[in-house]
Order: sequence, then C-alpha cells, then structure tokens
Amino acid sequence: MILSDYMPLPGVPDELLAPDGSIRPVWAGLIAHLDAMKSDERERAFARGAQYLRDAGVFVRNYGEDKSSRDWPLSPVPVIQPAKEWQALGEGLAERADLLEEIVADLYGENRLVAEGHLPASIVASNPEWLRPLVGVKPASGHFLHFLSFEIGRGPDGGWWVLGDRTQAPSGAGYALENRVASARSYSGFLSGANVERLAGFFRAFRDGLNALRREEGSRAGILTPGPMNETYFEHAYIARYLGMMLLEGNDLTVDDGRLMVRTVSGLQPISVLWRRLDAIWADPLELEPSSHLGTPGLLGAVRSQGVTMINALGAGILESRAFLAFMPRLSEVLHGKPLAVPNIATWWCGGEAERAHVRANAEAMLIGPANSTLLPLEAEPGVVLRGDMSEIGLDLDTWLAAEGRNLVGQELVSLSTTPSWEDGGLKPRPMRIRVFMARTRDGWQLMPGGFARLAASGQDSSAVSISRGGTVADVWIVSDKPVPEDSMLMQSGEVFVRTSPGLLPSRAADNLFWLGRYVERAEGQMRLTRAYMSRLDETPAGGTPLMSALEAHLEEHGLDCSEGVPPQIDKTIAFAVNAANQVRDRFSVDAWASLADLERTVEKMRHTVRPGEDAASAMGVLLRKITGFSGLVHENMYRFSGWRFLTIGRSLERAIAMADLLATFGEWKSPHGGFELCVEVGDSVMTHRRRYSVTASRDTVVDLLALDPLNPRSIAFHVDEIRNQVSLLPGADVNGQLSELSRAVLRVQADLAVHTPQSLDKSKLDELGEALGQLTNIIHAQFLD
Amino acid sequence: MAMLYDIKMTMDYAFQAPAAGARQILRAMPMVIAGRQRLIAGSIDIDPKPATRADREDFFGNRLTEMAFNEPHSSVVIALKARVEVTGGAAPGSASVDLPTLVRMIEAETDLTARSPLHFLSASRYARPDAAIAQWARSRLRPGQQCGDIVAEFGLALHREMRFDADATTVDTPAAEAFAARHGVCQDFTHIMIIALRSLGIPSGYVSGYLRTLPPPGQERLEGADAMHAWVSAWCGPGVGWVEYDPTNATFAGTDHIVAGYGRDYSDVAPVRGAMRTAGGQTSNQSVDVAPVRE
Repeated sequence: MILSDYMPLPGVPDELLAPDGSIRPVWAGLIAHLDAMKSDERERAFARGAQYLRDAGVFVRNYGEDKSSRDWPLSPVPVIQPAKEWQALGEGLAERADLLEEIVADLYGENRLVAEGHLPASIVASNPEWLRPLVGVKPASGHFLHFLSFEIGRGPDGGWWVLGDRTQAPSGAGYALENRVASARSYSGFLSGANVERLAGFFRAFRDGLNALRREEGSRAGILTPGPMNETYFEHAYIARYLGMMLLEGNDLTVDDGRLMVRTVSGLQPISVLWRRLDAIWADPLELEPSSHLGTPGLLGAVRSQGVTMINALGAGILESRAFLAFMPRLSEVLHGKPLAVPNIATWWCGGEAERAHVRANAEAMLIGPANSTLLPLEAEPGVVLRGDMSEIGLDLDTWLAAEGRNLVGQELVSLSTTPSWEDGGLKPRPMRIRVFMARTRDGWQLMPGGFARLAASGQDSSAVSISRGGTVADVWIVSDKPVPEDSMLMQSGEVFVRTSPGLLPSRAADNLFWLGRYVERAEGQMRLTRAYMSRLDETPAGGTPLMSALEAHLEEHGLDCSEGVPPQIDKTIAFAVNAANQVRDRFSVDAWASLADLERTVEKMRHTVRPGEDAASAMGVLLRKITGFSGLVHENMYRFSGWRFLTIGRSLERAIAMADLLATFGEWKSPHGGFELCVEVGDSVMTHRRRYSVTASRDTVVDLLALDPLNPRSIAFHVDEIRNQVSLLPGADVNGQLSELSRAVLRVQADLAVHTPQSLDKSKLDELGEALGQLTNIIHAQFLD
Repeated sequence: MAMLYDIKMTMDYAFQAPAAGARQILRAMPMVIAGRQRLIAGSIDIDPKPATRADREDFFGNRLTEMAFNEPHSSVVIALKARVEVTGGAAPGSASVDLPTLVRMIEAETDLTARSPLHFLSASRYARPDAAIAQWARSRLRPGQQCGDIVAEFGLALHREMRFDADATTVDTPAAEAFAARHGVCQDFTHIMIIALRSLGIPSGYVSGYLRTLPPPGQERLEGADAMHAWVSAWCGPGVGWVEYDPTNATFAGTDHIVAGYGRDYSDVAPVRGAMRTAGGQTSNQSVDVAPVRE
C-alpha cells in the first residue's frame, strides 16, 4: 500500500487524509491508480513527465556564482481539490479582486482612502510602486486590474488564507500549464477519466477578453517581456505560443503620436493591448527608471492618452506591498460593508501605537519585515526578524520598532497544511502553498481551475515554502463529481488555438530568425570542412600534402583550429545560433528546441574527448546528423510565413557565400591536387556528381554542379533562386509597382550568375559573387531589421 | 526688492552617428510661484523641429516639454528664453518648530498632492540613505533646535566641509561617494544635504533653477551661475512651510535664485531626460545667461 508510511503531522491539516485518517474522497481515484501499479511501472510513468519537461527546456535557473540551471523539480503527485470548494474560493477571491480594483483606482484617483484616514498616507507616499507620473491617469479599459494571482495556503483552521496578492505582472500561469502537460504524460490513460477540470477554457476566456479590449480594427494585443535574460522568460515564450500572441520586448515598440506601435518587417503597426510581464518601473525610461533598457520611451504618454491598455495598469504593483495586507480587513468593511470573504495572513502595520504594542508582545510568533516589501512571507530578504531574533538587526526590538515602525509590518507565522510529495519512492507530507490565477473575462472574474503548487523541502519550517530553497512544485487538479467536458486542446501540445492572422513579424524577431538561419548553416559548413580535414589526416604523410596545407589555411581563415578534435569555433557558432533561437523561442516547437539544445550539449561533451583524425571525422558525422535534424524540424514544421522566409533567406545566403568561397579556393585550375573532389565532398554532392557526369571531377563538372546547376540544393544558383523567390514574397517587395532596392539587388546577382559558364566563372568572378551576396545582408538589414 | 531677469539657456547635442527615433522631456522653464516669482514670457525653440511636441505639467507641477524626432539627425539645439520677475525668496519667515514636533505633524498629514511633505521623506533614486551622512547629521543635532536652524546649519557646514570641484564628479556619482571625498558640484551638495535632512525625518527635496550670472556691484559671483543650478527645499512645519537653502553658496534662496522645478532628487527635474537611439557617442553643451533687466 502506497499510503502505509504516510503520516501527517499532528495538529496540521493534510490535503490527502482527513483528521480521522480516512482518504478524502477526491483523492481516492488517484491513490487507487497508484496502488494498482508496480513500482517500476510507476517510476516509468513519472519519468515520462520528467522527460517531457527536460525536452521542453523547462528548468530552474540558479542565481549567484554559477548561474547554472537544474531540472524543474516537479513532484509527480498532484494536489487535488474538490470543484465545489474551488468554486467557493473563486467567489471569495473575485470579491477580493474587486476590492483591490477599488483601492488602486482610489490611489491613482481621488485618494479618498488616505484623506479619510482608512490608509496611512506614508504607506502610499513612501511606496516605490506608487508611480507619481500616473496619478490622475485613467486606464483605457476602465480597469486597472485584469490578471491577478493570489498566493494561498490552508491555515490550521482548515480555511484558505491569502499570503500575498500579486497585481503587478504575476508569473506562474505558464508553469501551471507545463505541469499539467507533464502530468498528462505521467497519468496518460487515467487523467482523461478522472473528472479533472481542463485549463484551456480559462486561457481562452482571458485571451478573448484581451482581444475585446483592442481599440481599433487591425490593432493587436501582445505580451511584453523583459527578454531572455529574465528568469521567467521561458514562461513568457510559452504563453505567447500557447495563446498565439506576439511576444514583444520594449525595443520592438515605439510611440507615434500617442499611439503605441510595433516595429515589424511590414513597418509600424498599431498595438493597443499589452499583457506585460515587465515590472512597471522599467517600462518607460523617459518617465520612470531612466537607466532601463527594457522599456519603451514614451509608453506612459500612450497610456496617458489612453492609446493602450496595460494588463495590469502600470502602478498596480503598489498593492503587492505587505503593508496593504494589514488594511485589507478594514478596507473591505469600508468599501464593501462586510468582512473579507477570503482572509489574508494576519498583518500589523507598526506605524500605529496599538499595533506596535501588539507586535512587540507577540514577536515570537511573527515575522517582522519591511512594510514596502513585495516579497511573500519568508522569501529570503534582508532586514527581516523571525520569531523575535534580533541578531541581524543589531538593535533591540523596542528601539527598532520605535525608530522604524512606519516602515515595518509584523505578520503572524501560520503553519500551512501538508500534501503528499513523491520522495524516494514513497509519499511524504510536506507543507504546501498554491499560486492561483484570476482573469477578468467578459463574464467577470474567473478563477483558473488549477494552479501552481509549491511544496517545502524535507525538514523545512512549515511556513517556508520556496523552490529556490530546494522545495518542489506540483500540478493542481480540480476534481468535479461529474465528468468534465472534453477540452483536449491542452493535452495535445503547446500550439493549440492559434487564431490570429500571421501577418505581423516584429523586426527583432526577423533579425534573430535571419541570423539563426545563417549560424546554423555556418555551423554545418564548419562541420563539413572539419570532417573533410579530419578524414584525410590519418593518411597524410609526415610533411603534409599541398591539399592539406591549403585546407589548413582555409580552416584557419574561418577560425577553425584543427589541432583539436572539435575546433572551438564550432562551439561558438552553435552558441550564437542558440542565442538567436532563444530570443525567438515563442516561434519554435518543443522538438526543434530540444534538438538544438541536444546539439549544443553533444558538442560540449565531445570537445573534451574527441581526438583529431578519424575519431573527429566520425564525431563530425554525428554532429551533422544532429544539426540536419534541427533544420529538418524547422523546415518541416514552421509556418511558411515571413518568419520562415527570413530564416530561409539567412540559410541560403550563408550557404551560397560559403560555396563561392570554397570554389574560389579549391575549384580553381591551379588548386592543389584533390581540390575538386574536396569541393564535391564538402558540397555533399558525391552521389549526384557520379550520376550526372560519370567521370572524375574536373573543374568544369565541379563548377557546373556546385555553382550553376539550379536543381542541386547545394549550388549557388539554387540558393540565389531561393533568395529571390523568398524576397519577392516579403512585405515591401515592390514599392508603388517598382521593385524594392533588395529585389533589384537580388535580381542583379541572379542575372549575373545566369550568363556564366563553368569556364567564365573564375576565381575573380566567384569573389565578386561572394561580395555581392554579402551586400544583400546589409540591404536586408536596412530595409527590414533596423 | 523685486527683480526682473532675462534668462537664456542653450543646450546643444552632437551625435557621432545620426540619432533616430529620439524622444526627450525638457524641464527648464521657470515656474510660476505665487508671492515668489512670476513668468512673464517664455519660449523654447528646438532645432531641428521635432515631429511631435507637447507641453504639460508633471506631478510636482513642473512645466515640461515632451518632444519626439522621427528623422535621423546629427545635432539638436534647444534654446530657452524667459523673462521672470522675482519678488521674494524662500528663507524661513517665522519661527519654525523643533524636530519632535515636526515628526508628529508629519504623522498627521494625509495630503498626497504635489507640495505635500510626505513625498520628500523616503529614499529616492539619487538620494539613498547613507550611514555616514546620517551619522554626520546626528552628530550636529542639538536638543530643542528649530528645524529652520537645522537647515541653515547643515547647509553652512556642508559649504565649509565640501570643496566645490566641477570635474570631480559626474551626474551619476553617488552622493555618498561625493560626501566621502567631500567634493562635488551643486548637484552633490544638494543630494547630500537632502539625505542628511531626511535621515532626521525632515522632508527635503531638490530644486532645479537658475542663478543670476553677474553679481550686483561689490558682491562676489555665485558658484554655479554658468549652468543650471540646484539647491535644497526643506519643510519646516505647516506654519513655515517650505524653505530653500543653497548649500553650494551657503545662503537661503533669495532674489538671485529662479526656480525651474521641484522634485525628490535630480531625476525628477533633470533639464533633459530621454535617450537617443544612436550607435556612437554624444557630446553636449549647456550655456546659461541670467541678466537683470533692471535693478
């Protein structure tokens, strides 16, 4: 029996077991399912979920010295809640959401709550999230809050408590989705019949709500991210892909005459709804933090003129400060005429005499910390006193409270309920809290039927629950007592209900796709050259041959140091490709991403083990199969629109330039003996050459096949045709009926090449061709990407 | 005695590579302050002409001009002209309160509008709490001292201890660093004094403005007159209100001081804010001339 060793802590509520030791009804099915499996079956099932997360690239980034990452710590056993209880929680939290909306509207409006003494002025005036440039500015949608999360935990009395309100740019909804996909893998066959409510409907309602806020026909809604350096970027990309929304960085946006615009390859396009994952302070260097490189100068102007709805309004983050928790009960009475439907963790603002006295008297059962802090209780932060331990502060409690009272709050330490965590092949009770999500939809506030649970690590204080301190996360199942409607979109894959027309490609995304195409192709070329060298190395007599010397010189020109089995340059080129791909992660499938990550890992591993010579040649063969795997996934799966065109143009340009370079070096009349065969080999055209010419390689056959043959996917002509074709389909290919500068330049290259014969295409002409191709990059940048 | 001034301020920027898509906010136009100064006429010319330009007031009531350029340009010249009548200064007019009284009065404040002292108590971007400055402030405090006297004494002490050095610090040198080396320009003097006063609980802010360029006959030329200047405003209770002290010149602001803006620190009232999208570097120059129209 899987539960035989499961022992909840005395006096602490447990999610799985009732106080009398019986299994709560919503858990019965899952426990029976787990009990019915053999232990190796169970481990295999759990491993499927873990494998999915690894493939999808979900991980936790560590901070500090090493900046390394570790596997996403998903405990495979979900937290289960009955649908009825969840619905009641949703109603209570909707009231809380309305209350928060009224408070923030007052703080940026009349400031009646402070004037009438319901809120101390100093917790507003001293709050860095009270954004003075936005005081008096009404949000375009009429609401400040559209998407909230609440960190909740079950207290000793069995009821839910709010530990913190998240109003700025709540994260975690994407992780809730990913956890669900992983648990669907682990519980395939069981989950679909377990009456677990689906998440997709919640996201669809929210997305439809966002689209309904757009100001004008043709304007868009997008997601604003701080970019790939942010710890939750993965989630931003995931959600963008899931909802089919543009993922934008501050630099992608500009303000034109009070309207917010996206820089795209089709010029400036209006956007009027931004779901921001960026903290407000960084949003506009002109009026907020001046050093921000993440924001958009003038964004506040667009907000002021109601040109854009921000989800949530800039400045709404003030409600996250702990001090507000102290006043929520009273504000509920003042504004709603009744107590809070869902209470929050008991909090006292130490600016008041009576509150200070209470905190002083009860310090052993409290956390005392900064009133303005937006961290949740017990997240690591300086200046916090736990259970009256003053050793870090260096003052005695009375002096500290008297001097700093207005800047401090005391919070009661509550012990949270436990839930089963899967550890070392068995279930252990661990303290838990859940992040739940609430969206303003066209039918009012809606609570996500699920959430993102965090479980404490073994031995941790029951109220200290944090992934960064070794805890785990879990999926949250809301189980109905009747079958739930099939809403299977979520279970298939990330790319589900994409509905928007694909027209808008931000210039930055186009730039990254173009360079991704170039770097991947460049890496492939470097591998082929290296393989050609390594496969000849063991047979090369001491003192070398003219061909090997020429090859060494050529490799060196491209930065490839062949004294090592895997030249470090290959590693670098792949890192550039990964970096470019990382900036446009929302545009790739999980498989494509996994394949690129696999390539990077393999190169890293090989670098330390592979020796020059045959060993390296076969290693290059492995890498080539992997990299063509990535190209295959991208070209097979990517939607054939502007983004794919930029990727393709980048790849074709790189390949054509490299081939012109190769032929100019090894395809010349006076190239060293063996150069023609080398060209055919590096050009991966050995079979084709044999079939077409059935003679040994000569200069004519080589140049014909690798430069001029429009049917050989390795030839220059083939790629020039491809570039021309893609360029003609890009926005702005012609300007008022005339060809654009880029179209003309490509046509010129194509026409020049078409009139050549193998004899006339000599080294100097090949060099000219390479240069003309190189010029195209500059023109593409000037026209689309700057 | 009322003074009438003509103010000319020019800022020019040159870019190594042409800048495109620039957007800036200027805060340099003298304010209208009842009983203190009157703006008779004022204009700002910008060359090249920006694609959009809007004038409005910010949270603190400062006048600002927001401008945006679409076309690439290699230089910008901003020329401000203003005629201002200055009718009074900002020295404490009546006896102020002592520190404990002041702290109690602040606790009773519920006003959150522009001139409320509540905005000027907490850490701000350029005026972060510093233990050395707080220690310096505590060591000068005497029991029963009036807030107006504390302001004057701190300002005078800083003027004595600090060396004015136009090259020692930059806009981004932390005040704590300037204080440790006891040198800097008006911006440093002002931020240090703000941090010192706030550490005691005296609300204090940053004033950006202009100084008369040439002194009246027989008087010394004031430091900081060839560019925009900065000094401190401090709140000394509801009776006295805001007083302004110029620690660079060890004087309360009088009719030689013309106010352009109030803020918590430099970042609220910087004459120019906003970045250019430019690849190379940029150079800038500022020149100021404040001439009395009549004595």
